[in-house]
Amino acid sequence: MFSLLRSMWLTFLHAFHKRETIQYPEQKAILPTRWRGRIVLSRDPDGGERCVACNLCAAACPVDCIALQATEDETGRRYPEFFRINFSRCIFCGFCEDACPTYAIQLIPDFEMGEYNRQNLVYEKKDLLINGQGKYHGYNYYKVAGLAIGGKGKGEAENEAPPVDIKSLIP
Amino acid sequence: MATIYIDDKPYEVPTGKNLLEAVLTLGKDLPYFCWHPAMGSIGACRQCAVKVYKDENDTKGKLFMSCMEQVRDGMRISIADMEAKEFRAHVIGWLMTNHPHDCAVCDEGGSCHLQDMTVMTGHNYRAYRFDKRTYINQYLGPFINHEMNRCIQCYRCVRYYKDYAGGKDLDVFAAHNHLYFGRHEDGVLESEFSGNLVEVCPTGVFTDKTLKQHYTRKWDLTMAPSVCHHCSLGCNISAGERYGTLRNITNRYNGEVNGYFLCDRGRFGYEHVNHVGRIRKPLVRAQLPEATDKLTALQAAAAAFRTGSVIGIGSPRASLESNFMLKTLVGDDNFHHGVSDTDHDLVGLALKILKEGAAPTPSMREVEQADAVFILGEDLINTAPMLALAVRQSVRKQPALEHISKANIPVWQDAAVRELMQNEMGPLFIATIQDTKLDEIATHTYNDSPDAIARLGFAVANFIHADFPEVQGLNEDELQLARQIADTLLAAKKPLVISGTHCGSERVLMATANIANALVAKEKEAGIVLTLPECNSMGLAKLGGHRLESAFEAILNGYADTVIILENDLYRRANAGIVTNFLKTAKNVIVIDHLHNATTEEADVLLAAGTFAEADGTLVNNEGRAQRFFQVYPTSEDLQESWRWLGELGTLLAHDRISHWHGFDDILQAMVKEQPELKGIEAVAPGTDFRIAGQKIPRAPHRFSGRTAMQADINVSEPKPPVDPDAPLSYTMEGYRGQPPSSIIPFFWAPGWNSAQATNKYQQEVGGHLKGGDPGLRLIKPDTSKTEPYTQTVPQKFQPLEGHLYMLPLHHIFGSEELSMHSPPIVERAPEPYVLLNEEDAIQMKLQVGENLSFTIEGQVYQVPVKISPHLRSGTAGLPAGLPGIPYAELPAWAILNRELKWKQQPQTTY
Repeated sequence: MFSLLRSMWLTFLHAFHKRETIQYPEQKAILPTRWRGRIVLSRDPDGGERCVACNLCAAACPVDCIALQATEDETGRRYPEFFRINFSRCIFCGFCEDACPTYAIQLIPDFEMGEYNRQNLVYEKKDLLINGQGKYHGYNYYKVAGLAIGGKGKGEAENEAPPVDIKSLIP
Repeated sequence: MATIYIDDKPYEVPTGKNLLEAVLTLGKDLPYFCWHPAMGSIGACRQCAVKVYKDENDTKGKLFMSCMEQVRDGMRISIADMEAKEFRAHVIGWLMTNHPHDCAVCDEGGSCHLQDMTVMTGHNYRAYRFDKRTYINQYLGPFINHEMNRCIQCYRCVRYYKDYAGGKDLDVFAAHNHLYFGRHEDGVLESEFSGNLVEVCPTGVFTDKTLKQHYTRKWDLTMAPSVCHHCSLGCNISAGERYGTLRNITNRYNGEVNGYFLCDRGRFGYEHVNHVGRIRKPLVRAQLPEATDKLTALQAAAAAFRTGSVIGIGSPRASLESNFMLKTLVGDDNFHHGVSDTDHDLVGLALKILKEGAAPTPSMREVEQADAVFILGEDLINTAPMLALAVRQSVRKQPALEHISKANIPVWQDAAVRELMQNEMGPLFIATIQDTKLDEIATHTYNDSPDAIARLGFAVANFIHADFPEVQGLNEDELQLARQIADTLLAAKKPLVISGTHCGSERVLMATANIANALVAKEKEAGIVLTLPECNSMGLAKLGGHRLESAFEAILNGYADTVIILENDLYRRANAGIVTNFLKTAKNVIVIDHLHNATTEEADVLLAAGTFAEADGTLVNNEGRAQRFFQVYPTSEDLQESWRWLGELGTLLAHDRISHWHGFDDILQAMVKEQPELKGIEAVAPGTDFRIAGQKIPRAPHRFSGRTAMQADINVSEPKPPVDPDAPLSYTMEGYRGQPPSSIIPFFWAPGWNSAQATNKYQQEVGGHLKGGDPGLRLIKPDTSKTEPYTQTVPQKFQPLEGHLYMLPLHHIFGSEELSMHSPPIVERAPEPYVLLNEEDAIQMKLQVGENLSFTIEGQVYQVPVKISPHLRSGTAGLPAGLPGIPYAELPAWAILNRELKWKQQPQTTY
């Protein structure tokens, strides 16, 4: 009898607690930045595409919902010719972000992707690529890679010595 | 056998090997870089360190490089020892100090030996904080991409390129920690075997430039075991596909045939599969639009078939199954070989020699063991490139065999053996119509007309065995050379004679047969290798059929009015005028092919055939080895294997036998039943219903990516995975994950070994045969009892003809083969049309290099720029065979010189 009354009392007290319910969609939840939501492709600080089409995200994806094809511009900079994510298969595990060596692919705190037609959940590069660096600022993969691309020759990357003069005998 | 103790466990290993080979053969993992099974050890990378203990009481042990230690009985070693492990981790740490942060954009990534070894040793974090060394790259031609920053100085590339393949233009430059592996200046790598650098290099310094155009990681490729279609040797390849296009060709190890290597034509000649000129839909010319579906085309073909009397023309580049289907459909009497009459006779003769001769045909591995070689009339680098590489090894190994036993050096001690050998080379005699690239390693060369080569051959046979016909009228030099060759071949334990069809002379083949028989009569372990024009020339010859000429006669004389042409461009087989007349006269022309060409233009019904990557089939190579190739990726139903087209046509026509065959296995069974000569080909690869643990063998690696997104742009609902009705292989990654039987290995992969080096895990013994025996089955058994002379007729001396030139075919590795000439990088390496003249002839005709020579062969007028050679015999000339821009002529033939000067002044017309 006592426990019954106690339970009712405690329930009654909850009427005066702070509200946890959010009036979504009028009111938006504030999600932590590490929330694993919609996937984007970001750009490096110079505005170039960060993705180098290395295929690691696709390999890491447990549901195999990422498909892409690598290509190169005339200066040797590699980028994806197409980049496709089938969000109707995606489980938002974030393995692709973990696998990405260039911080290109990122999961952002946005989950509002509902569609009436499943076909619309297939995102191409134009749907994925954003005009910013996303969560990770300041990283430019080509500035640390040894590959020469347009605007960066051999030996001009970070921690690189100038190209060897192979005709020199000086130690 | 010796017993060695690895981490206190006893193992039985063969003696004479080094420790690294022994450990890898036992299936253990030990990292290495500079050692390669085909090239031996030099101990340069210090990566394969193990602890070696004096005896069981020794607890301290010493670090040794396992690749430099001979296996000894009772040896005690440790791989897992902490000090050895740390040493290996440190070595890789040092190797990586300058390695760039490139894996994401490196083409080697995912099949990289350096990645595998780094993971194996556990070197995870970079300890070196200073700047990385960089290099300027070089342009190395259309095949190979150079990225020198990635180099770890293992020296494998130069050891392969210079020492193994005999290249001259790749070397190591500079000094100390600035070593540079490249050419002395930017330029095309000259070697015909440069593509192997891609697989020899343990990291991404040398990568496949053609793959770069449509880059795909190894784990994303759908791969199938295949056989190279670009020459008669039948090297084993692995073809990889992604998104419906063929991406690359990699070596598929076969201990008997190609071993670890491929030639550049085989590796980079695959782009015809992706060519814009592909026939992707059947065409019926009588209707608009011409492109139609499968059923309409089949009905059109069947209608033509019912009304007319039909002949069939087979092809040496189509599979045995396709040719057999055509033969069955049109009947034995109406089946013609789609080859020139010269080739028909030569291949028939070659088959006869191999069957009736006393000497067996050695495999390419056995060619490497030969200790005296005589080549008659074949420019091997251009006609059978991998055989040239094998001959090079035989020449290199022969002196070593003799010296090593005296010097007490193990065979695998590459640097020491090389030091001991210096420039000493084994006996090799080359008699060809002009100089070849192998001449540099030859003991003696001889350049003359095919008849003179044959006469030299007959003289050699006579010197070997007196029962063989004598040659009259040889000059002193020739006699001396013949005697020298005969003595050398007799002194050898395993002498080998090599010839083939490419100089177009039956007499050269007969001379070769005589030498081989003479050697066997002298109880030598002699071998004979005959190269053939195309990948399935031998299969077609074994199948039997009439000449192409009789097909022309049948149509032109009205015995038949309908013709089915199987995967064949007749304009490459006979004179253009005759072929045009033939195709115009025939009422109905049905063509089955995969590329548009001059013949398909004339087709009334054109059926879209699958290339080697889109078809299953069997090829028989020059040694009579039947080998199966498998479809790499599924196609739309409008494009299918030639044999399937013919089977469906037969079913539609209610053919009494064909309509009872359902699928590939039935065709194989029927073929074996009807062609006893081909018995055994049903056992070349496991049948369609073969399963391991109830599962098929997957064509894709287990890490294949993008399955639910690849086709999502077309339809988000994934289609059912395609089913392969003809092979025990699945198109997806599902299936048995262990090692399949050797004939159906789609790719080499083992846990921790993602690169091509995983081959080690599939071999009985490292560098030896594949587990379960090498794939392929020999169909020809020589008759060792027949040691009498093959022929008694010796040809007469070659006599030049006034106003004529004896035009001989010259073959080019890049240019002479039809399909590879659809690959842009191969086209880039192909020569421009030319005619080769003797130096004196050119002076006499007042012709300079580059000036046009005008001549006529069988009514076909030619006007081509002149090249001059001092080696070609006066009175003969050379014309590139099969080169686009040079109309077909059946060579060798007499060319009539066009003396009218006005011809010389006119600009060259393009054909």
